[in-house]
Amino acid sequence: MSGTLPAGQAPDSALGATPRRARAQASAPVAADVALQNGASVHVERVTVRYVGTRPQSRPALDQVEVRIDAGEHVAVVGPSGAGKTTLLHVAAACLRADSGRVLIDGQEPWGLDARRRRQLRGRLFLAPQVPPLPPRQRVVTAVLAGRLPAMSLAGSVRSLLYPLGIGAARRALAPFDLAERMFDRVDRLSGGERQRVNLARALLAPARLWLLDEPLSALDPVRAARALQAMRQEATRRGVTLIVSMHQVEMALASFPRVIGLRDGSVRFDVPASQISSGQLSALYAQAQGEVPPDAQPDGQPPEEAGPGELPMVWR
Amino acid sequence: MGLLASSWHPLSERDPTARRRTAWLLGCLLLLWPLLQLTEFHPWRMLEARSLRVTAHFLASFVPPATDAEFLRLIARETWRTVAIATAGVSVALVLAVPLAFVATAALSVSSLAGRMAVWPAIVRQCTRALMVALRTVPELVWALLFVRVVGLGPTAGVLAIGLTYGGMLGKVFAEILESCDAHPTRMLLANGSGRVQAFLYGLLPQGATELTSYTIYRWECAVRSSVVLGFVGAGGLGQEMDSSLNMLAGNEVATILLVFIALVALADALSAWLRRMLR
Repeated sequence: MSGTLPAGQAPDSALGATPRRARAQASAPVAADVALQNGASVHVERVTVRYVGTRPQSRPALDQVEVRIDAGEHVAVVGPSGAGKTTLLHVAAACLRADSGRVLIDGQEPWGLDARRRRQLRGRLFLAPQVPPLPPRQRVVTAVLAGRLPAMSLAGSVRSLLYPLGIGAARRALAPFDLAERMFDRVDRLSGGERQRVNLARALLAPARLWLLDEPLSALDPVRAARALQAMRQEATRRGVTLIVSMHQVEMALASFPRVIGLRDGSVRFDVPASQISSGQLSALYAQAQGEVPPDAQPDGQPPEEAGPGELPMVWR
Repeated sequence: MGLLASSWHPLSERDPTARRRTAWLLGCLLLLWPLLQLTEFHPWRMLEARSLRVTAHFLASFVPPATDAEFLRLIARETWRTVAIATAGVSVALVLAVPLAFVATAALSVSSLAGRMAVWPAIVRQCTRALMVALRTVPELVWALLFVRVVGLGPTAGVLAIGLTYGGMLGKVFAEILESCDAHPTRMLLANGSGRVQAFLYGLLPQGATELTSYTIYRWECAVRSSVVLGFVGAGGLGQEMDSSLNMLAGNEVATILLVFIALVALADALSAWLRRMLR
């Protein structure tokens, strides 16, 4: 494995430093059935989600959340565990129905559509859950090509199960994640981090215009995390895909995303350009979240600024 | 829950559920006792002198097994017919069971992605389950008696009888195997716009393949056994031979047929083990 390469310079990659024109041609098979259109927008309007089985007086997973993400935007979602990041992504992916409020994906309200249209809408987005959803006995090539299923006919998907259709495309999708040579291994031979990257490679083959990645870096070491994130961002930019990533690496989110949304206790605490986020906002976001305070939540070694009055311990009042 | 909450104390070192477990165990034993009475289960009677004499007499007639060439030729042909009945029966069952299991399994529910399963899909799944219950509740013997009247004596009745009953059994167990697989890969495929068949092929099948295969082969083994009983009512195969041998009190012929059965079941067992190894 080429772990010594600087971040972002993936070898034999469709995302490498080749001129834009040539690159588009070289990667054409990756995007063979991917319509290179604009990304899909996501509008989350006053959405409240309460999970079944929770007590009615308990705090909802999302509470009157209002987020508007335009086509082609790249957005990071940060916040302590249990803040509602996953729920927000699932709502935005038409995978979870809000109890109240409205979601518009690409201008369409998923729950107002009939089942066929809703399936088509789901085919135009790609939700990558935190735990890679790969059957252990499946081969990597099949798992990656499964990303194409929404664009494949039934006969085609049966044929591809018997003999993988698009071995080249699978290799090019895996290359930015240094996994091309593991293509014919079984998923259960891979480490947790490798599985997570296979799942990202699957996104590259999906006919999607919106990528929702739920903590895609949680099992990766810092170098690989940076490279994987850069690969996804570059490819999203090239295709014009809207990219929403939830993550715990606050520093990396600030460094690589133009816009960062801070979630806590099911509500949006800030939603601003990354350059405008203060260390106070960050420490308030993570304050008293037990065992969840990342070291980079307080940048530059500054003492944490005072959290909001509601967050102060009793002693200080 | 109420019991648990009231009896459990945070500092206690007792297992909070031990009492409940013991109560369940005792309750089950109490229920079981009248059942044993009802079924006149008296195993010690088998050891009485008269029983032992009858058993010994019957078993003695088994040796040596019949080995004359003509009988063996007959048995070989009927063995082949039995295998054919079992295989064709299980094939018919598969044709029924695969679509039934596909419809019945909740693992492929698109509507339950976003919370609870919608009403109509839930009703369809329940109806499919009910159909499978009906198919497998009627014993293959009864189906066979019915089909013998419709299509006449012979293997066809056996094939149809096994197909219907086993279709219900396979469908139920297939659906349950699929539901016991990790639902995460399938749900994500559905969430990303794959069809149900695609989600089945790429999400469930790679996980369930070994279990599905070995259960199908186990059912084939059962079908071989079952075809014997069906042979008694005229559905052909080794069973019919065994019926006539028993009627003629030809213990040595019965012994030969039993040996062939043991060989067939052992064969199915080896095949199943081999396939499981291949698919692992």
